[in-house]
Amino acid sequence: MTQNKRLEIWKTYKIYIGGQFPRTESGRSYAVKNAGGKTIANVCQSSRKDVRDAVSAARAAWSGWSNRSGFNRGQILYRIAEMLEGRKKQLKDELIAQGFTAALATREINLSIDRLIYYAGWCDKYQSLFSSVNPVATAHYNFSVPEPMGVVGLLAPANAPLLGIVSLMAPCIAGGNTCLILADQEQPLAAVSFAEVLNSADVPGGVVNILTGFQQELTEWISAHMDVNAMVCFEQGELDWKKMQENGASHVKRMFRWKTNELFTAGGQSPYLITDLQEIKTTWHPIQTIAGSGNAY
Amino acid sequence: MATKKKWEYAPAPESKQPAAIASRYELFINGKWQQPTSGSYFKSINPATEENLSEIAAANEADVNKAVQAARQAYEKYWKKITPAERGKYIFRIARIMQERARELAVTETMDGGKPIRESRDFDIPTAANHFFYYAGWADKLNFAFPNKKANALGVAGQITPWNFPLLMAAWKIAPALATGNTVVLKPAETTSLTTLKLAEIIQEADLPPGVVNIITGAGETGAWLTKHKDVNKIAFTGSTEVGKIIQRTLAGSEKKLTLELGGKGANIIFEDAPIDQAVEGVINGIFFNQGHVCCAGSRLYVQESIAKIFIKKLKDRIDTLLVGDPMDKNTDIGAINSAQQLKTIQQYIKIGKSEGANFFESNCALPKKGYFCKPTLFTNVAQSNRIAQEEIFGPVLCILTFRTDDEVIEKANNSPYGLSAGVWTDKGARIFNISKRLRAGVIWANTYNLFDPTSPFGGYKESGFGREGGLQGLQPYVQLS
Amino acid sequence: MAGKKHVFNSKILNHSPVEQTGVEERTIRFTKRSIKGSSKMQGLHMILSMIDLTTLEGKDTPGKVNQLCTKARHLHDHIPGLPTVAAICVYPSMVSVAKKALQGSSIKVASVATAFPSGQSSLRIKLADTRLAVTEGADEIDMVISRGKFHAGEYAYVFDEIAAVKEACGKARLKVILETGELGTLDQVKKASTIAIAAGADFIKTSTGKIQPAATLPVTLVMLETIRDHFQKTGKKVGMKPAGGISKSKLALHYLVMVKETLGDAWLDNHWFRFGASSLANDVLMQIAKETLGNYQSPTYFSID
Repeated sequence: MTQNKRLEIWKTYKIYIGGQFPRTESGRSYAVKNAGGKTIANVCQSSRKDVRDAVSAARAAWSGWSNRSGFNRGQILYRIAEMLEGRKKQLKDELIAQGFTAALATREINLSIDRLIYYAGWCDKYQSLFSSVNPVATAHYNFSVPEPMGVVGLLAPANAPLLGIVSLMAPCIAGGNTCLILADQEQPLAAVSFAEVLNSADVPGGVVNILTGFQQELTEWISAHMDVNAMVCFEQGELDWKKMQENGASHVKRMFRWKTNELFTAGGQSPYLITDLQEIKTTWHPIQTIAGSGNAY
Repeated sequence: MATKKKWEYAPAPESKQPAAIASRYELFINGKWQQPTSGSYFKSINPATEENLSEIAAANEADVNKAVQAARQAYEKYWKKITPAERGKYIFRIARIMQERARELAVTETMDGGKPIRESRDFDIPTAANHFFYYAGWADKLNFAFPNKKANALGVAGQITPWNFPLLMAAWKIAPALATGNTVVLKPAETTSLTTLKLAEIIQEADLPPGVVNIITGAGETGAWLTKHKDVNKIAFTGSTEVGKIIQRTLAGSEKKLTLELGGKGANIIFEDAPIDQAVEGVINGIFFNQGHVCCAGSRLYVQESIAKIFIKKLKDRIDTLLVGDPMDKNTDIGAINSAQQLKTIQQYIKIGKSEGANFFESNCALPKKGYFCKPTLFTNVAQSNRIAQEEIFGPVLCILTFRTDDEVIEKANNSPYGLSAGVWTDKGARIFNISKRLRAGVIWANTYNLFDPTSPFGGYKESGFGREGGLQGLQPYVQLS
Repeated sequence: MAGKKHVFNSKILNHSPVEQTGVEERTIRFTKRSIKGSSKMQGLHMILSMIDLTTLEGKDTPGKVNQLCTKARHLHDHIPGLPTVAAICVYPSMVSVAKKALQGSSIKVASVATAFPSGQSSLRIKLADTRLAVTEGADEIDMVISRGKFHAGEYAYVFDEIAAVKEACGKARLKVILETGELGTLDQVKKASTIAIAAGADFIKTSTGKIQPAATLPVTLVMLETIRDHFQKTGKKVGMKPAGGISKSKLALHYLVMVKETLGDAWLDNHWFRFGASSLANDVLMQIAKETLGNYQSPTYFSID
């Protein structure tokens, strides 16, 4: 180490709530080490209070986000892709530091960007496919439309620190929901850097909130939180999904498990993942009959 | 302190500089700007000032052939082979660059065609960009669009666009064609080629493979050669019903697919329980937006007799506040008529209306001394059998008829060879659904008018054409289902 | 001016419905008007002359009111040829202070009354409140309608109350505050406007400024159209005052555009149109300075009070 070497400024990895980057209110942290055992970051070990604040922020953001046009949401998802494309190098370096090969890191990032573009294109189209005008037998105009569920808890899978988050978040917010994402415990850095991407992409604060920490501890609180309307995780061995479902039953939370083995293929993205997180609303309105004319649709 | 001096709006001209119009434009074939085989060019003028803007290449049969060949090559060599997701990314690029170059496109559109800068800036250009954005997203999702069917591209699409919304109509044509995997040869209307040529520049900037989109400028015969060309798989035409019929006849016996978006004589229906002040605005917007050069214009007003007097008075009052003048002025409501020819047609219809006995009223505004301008006009006391109530005028002329019952107005609204659009204004929801069901028109606006969205299908019944543009249904004309 | 006693006729409530989306589309058109050069300067001067400079705080004192009145008379002496504002608007307890401070000027004294801002009190109290302000010398009275009674469907009550206050005004002109932010829909705004005009209002006014939302372009448009319909039917003019939420010149110019294109130039006069505002004046002064001097201004150079 020469005396002329410039000292780098190391990034502090905070959490992302309501469009801001606070530290965990608990002050706790845990070390993330590289393959050689060196600590490369101290990330926040989030607490139940952080969960509480994130859900609060997601709820506050929901009304505005769900009322935006599909077109507007599509533009924002496209912008997230633009920003992610611009930060490829940063994210690649982080993935490599956590044990990825250069090729796998590139694959992870490119798939994530393309997946964001994929869902950007769905924002103003899934409605045309999944709504209907229903030919009821009475003189009524009857139509069904999908509507977002509300605040969704998303649990990132292991081994896909960026792609896993994108694959959860994109269909969730494309459909007008807001969310709280719990990053992968072993490889959390990409999640925090992704928060920086969101923050620079016109995503309103609170639409996506990202926490790092111990999944076992926090999933208990998310699954039992009565203001989280749905929860999604991927099939994975470690977590006690059964316990989460039991917690969710206390308030009829919608629980979903998506397939991990399709994550790296085209099967890992689909409009059906958007509609998983939608309710169906059906409305009736009379059709006036004028002088014996037909009145059904 | 009372203000005695009348408050007039000072001129608020938009700068012409951003338009950056070149003095000459060549044909855009196979990714390159190529000179026309005949070496001839035609002038393009600004209808508001009658000034020369540029000279445009005139494509002859040989050029049309070159363009179709380029499109065919591009289809077989590139466009058919790249993944749908990559295809989508190219189209997203076009949309984004259009958004970036918005001001340049808006000013050009106004100078070339005569529409107010406020409309180019706030409607034409953003809606055109959004159309590309919308269809870009469909490119890799076609397997969801048609239940139980695979959607295959047709090959080469030949497209002809009109002069009333030059860039927007180009977007309506090119975006779905590219998204579904086709390549394109497009001929814009000869009085308004400039924004389509700038779109070609944008397509070049977006690095689209050469030949995927080709722009061949020229007059009616250029279009005729395109429709006759044997290696074109599909023709899409927006323009007059008269020319649409010629094209349909030309294609008889061939395997070519066809969609037509033709003329209209939209009925705008006002019931006595309508929100009257907003309905007045809707009627004004329906006929005077874009100087009435709109296929779906609400050119026939049917007002329920019980409120006719007050409604017509409000209409006349509102017409007098419309500002007619320099399209480049940000305050102009009604700009120039697109060409000398069109102005003559409109003036002829006004003469016919007067001779048929309808009562004539025109705005008391002043008109600019140069350029092609027409005062907003309305005829009251019009009968269903008057020519002005039947034939498409395509100008700022509104015909007003009265009606008494729901049944009567539905019959009269449907009593036309056209069937593109209609408006219904009432406070009663149940009536809206009934009327919507019974009107034979492709687009029905209830308590609004002239609204367009990339997700919303647009197209006509009867002689207003067939096929839909926009929305999920807008994909269909460009695919073969298997 | 004692007019004939207004009698409530429920037929006035049969007006055509209001389509909100249509109203919003129309108001967006007004905001697209580009007001430049000489028309901008003329507009800015008009706005100043139409402002009711307002202080309605619990902590108002004679000192505060005197300073406001001085500002009213001397908006910015550095710029020659400026008009004065139309009026000062205060609570009844401050009317005599304002009256004295404005002596010799053409600036009117407007007073709120009728248990402003809530209007939740008896008719007797409200009339006494009105008479107090009139006796103290108010040229104009800004009353509030009973929104509670309105929402309970007691339209005759709302009407009679306005008519009674109009009588108590004597020579003073009556502005009727609808508190549009509490009315709910534009249909309700139209209904309240119709009642107020029929009951004898000289002005209809959007808001007390004490709640959100205050004045907006859509509610103002509906009120202007009601005034227009009344004028075309009866030949009688009624004034309009949007209040609260208008602090920028650009927005105020859009309001003037809306008045001009709905009612015509005859209403572009402070006898028939007012802005209820406090910080608007300084923004207008900054714009006038910019138009004259050519560069963007700083608020530091314009007196506040």
